[in-house]
Amino acid sequence: MITTSTNTGEELLERLSRAESGESPWGCMQCGLCAASCPLGDAMQLRPRDLILQLLAGNVDRVLQSPSLWMCVGCYTCSLRCPRGIELTDGLWPALRDSSMQAGFQPPAELQETFQNLFKYGNTLGKSPRQRLAWAKDLNVPVRDLSKDPCRVDVLWLVGCYPSYYPRNQLVTRAWARILTKLGVSWGVLGAAEKSVGECERLFGEEGLFETLVEENRKLFDQHEFAQLLTLDPHAYRALQAFYPRYGAWYPVQHYTMFLAERMPQLQSLIVRPVEATVTYHDNCCVGRRCASYDAPRLLLQLIPGIKLVEMQRHHEDALCCGGGGGGMWLDGHIVAHGGHRLSDDRVLQADATGADVLAVSCPYELSRFEDAAKVAGLEQRLKVRDIIELLAESMELGEGSVA
Amino acid sequence: MNIAVVVRQVPDLIESLDIDSTASALDWESISFIVNECDDHALEQALLLKEANGGTVSVVAFDFGDVENTLYTAAAKGAERLVKIPCETHRHPSPWTAASWYAQVIRDLAADLVLVGVQAHDEFDGVLAPALATALSMPYLGVIRGVQAGSRPTTVAACKEFPRAVRARMEIELPAVLGILGADRPPRYVPVSRIRNAMNTVHFEEPGLNVPLGESPVSVCRLYPPVSGTHAEMIAGSEAEAADRIADILVEKGLLS
Repeated sequence: MITTSTNTGEELLERLSRAESGESPWGCMQCGLCAASCPLGDAMQLRPRDLILQLLAGNVDRVLQSPSLWMCVGCYTCSLRCPRGIELTDGLWPALRDSSMQAGFQPPAELQETFQNLFKYGNTLGKSPRQRLAWAKDLNVPVRDLSKDPCRVDVLWLVGCYPSYYPRNQLVTRAWARILTKLGVSWGVLGAAEKSVGECERLFGEEGLFETLVEENRKLFDQHEFAQLLTLDPHAYRALQAFYPRYGAWYPVQHYTMFLAERMPQLQSLIVRPVEATVTYHDNCCVGRRCASYDAPRLLLQLIPGIKLVEMQRHHEDALCCGGGGGGMWLDGHIVAHGGHRLSDDRVLQADATGADVLAVSCPYELSRFEDAAKVAGLEQRLKVRDIIELLAESMELGEGSVA
Repeated sequence: MNIAVVVRQVPDLIESLDIDSTASALDWESISFIVNECDDHALEQALLLKEANGGTVSVVAFDFGDVENTLYTAAAKGAERLVKIPCETHRHPSPWTAASWYAQVIRDLAADLVLVGVQAHDEFDGVLAPALATALSMPYLGVIRGVQAGSRPTTVAACKEFPRAVRARMEIELPAVLGILGADRPPRYVPVSRIRNAMNTVHFEEPGLNVPLGESPVSVCRLYPPVSGTHAEMIAGSEAEAADRIADILVEKGLLS
């Protein structure tokens, strides 16, 4: 049902002012830096500054039913470059999407399915919760399923949806289990009880779904004894570090690159052979641009003998997004249908221009996005996409196959 | 217009369906449930009719599986009355037994129009929609894809689909039962915050009934799990080699000469 929004544009902006930690959107001076910085800005009818301008002009429904509303991929570039410090990615976009859905406008169909999967099954892929541990079948290290065998562990590893279910990611997941074990870490997983952390859903304005996941995860985490949470997913890291505390759910959490960076000497002692490859690293948006953690992944790559690390033209804070964040993973169809394109297609060309053999990543979404993009560009024979975990496992002789 | 919608829980096919030790029934303990897809369309159609023409939407369901979430979601979408029929068996009775119980509830709702999914994937000894029409002594139209107001207040116009996608627009006197294949548009998404709100504000009507499973005139002798036939052939080689192999397969199957 389409109902005319009862909110005025000024009320929406006022709500934003109260909700986020950044400067109020009332302070927008229409400089256009956000629009120029947005990697999909060319395709948007309404870019970030336009959204604010239209709201001030009272054109609320035009904003709430715009396809542009569903084209942000959560790269945080506009937020970081805004000279007024307005929190656009974490604030403006989610609030407007939430308002759009509350007013009865429908989100893109592919996103609806993802939301429903999360609400019903606790994972984005619509897979059976009972298959959460399918990745561990025939693994040569023990996997402690805390939902069946509760005990205190140092590390509660939140495996995540793609790492649990997606066949390509499962290779990384298995390698990570071997590395953790080799490091002598006391670790466990939640098995069938695990649910998505929900960061992308928060960015997509499904605040009720995010709150539901926070409540369920909090209840679940509190049933177990652990020193810290650990995740392979930068989006989950961001949510647990920045947004769970808003609901009183505070847990020490690390992305795996941070966890390993604290164990460099031990890790170095376990490396037994070189990996001969020229590698370029793609900074993911959450751990990279948003949390400014750029060194850890590069230090890990440089730890591996034989690897020559080269940088793409756009790297660190200026890195181009893969296009999968903030729910973009499920919205390629919508974005392309409205004049946009897959950012991952651009990014593999940038990686290829460095002459690298390997595009290294540290986010579960990027493996499939970049491997698909490499195939589209005809680069799959000369540019391999590998998670840092896979490269480390190879050099520790813990992998399941050659990396190059 | 008072519209009643029947919404059933059916086995969720993301889980494997196991056969129990009797070899004649599913292992219901291992099954999780999901709303029947055609019933979800029936609810959407009811909401569209209400929004266009006024009236109320009542949702009726047996109390097992994930029914409470299903009913809260219906309320969040706009259904006014939610009726939960107690059901000790934790699974759907046979269509003929179910029809008599749904009919008792729907008579009390004084519904002008009853919408129910034209099929459910766990029905094997009949279909609910015509059985319900029989129990209510109402006319029935099935395989409906879209319903609008009729030319008179006492009718609705339904689009019935025939083989080869031939469609007929029919007008039917109310009260009537329609077996819905698809609504005029896909079931809407409702934000979870609204469902959560419904959980705190909505109350179910629970009639003082308790449904026995009932004897079905049909009994299952044996259930068989699906048997794998020949598996897919993975075609290797260059693009040209793959194209040659595909052409060979098409010839082998008689699709090319």
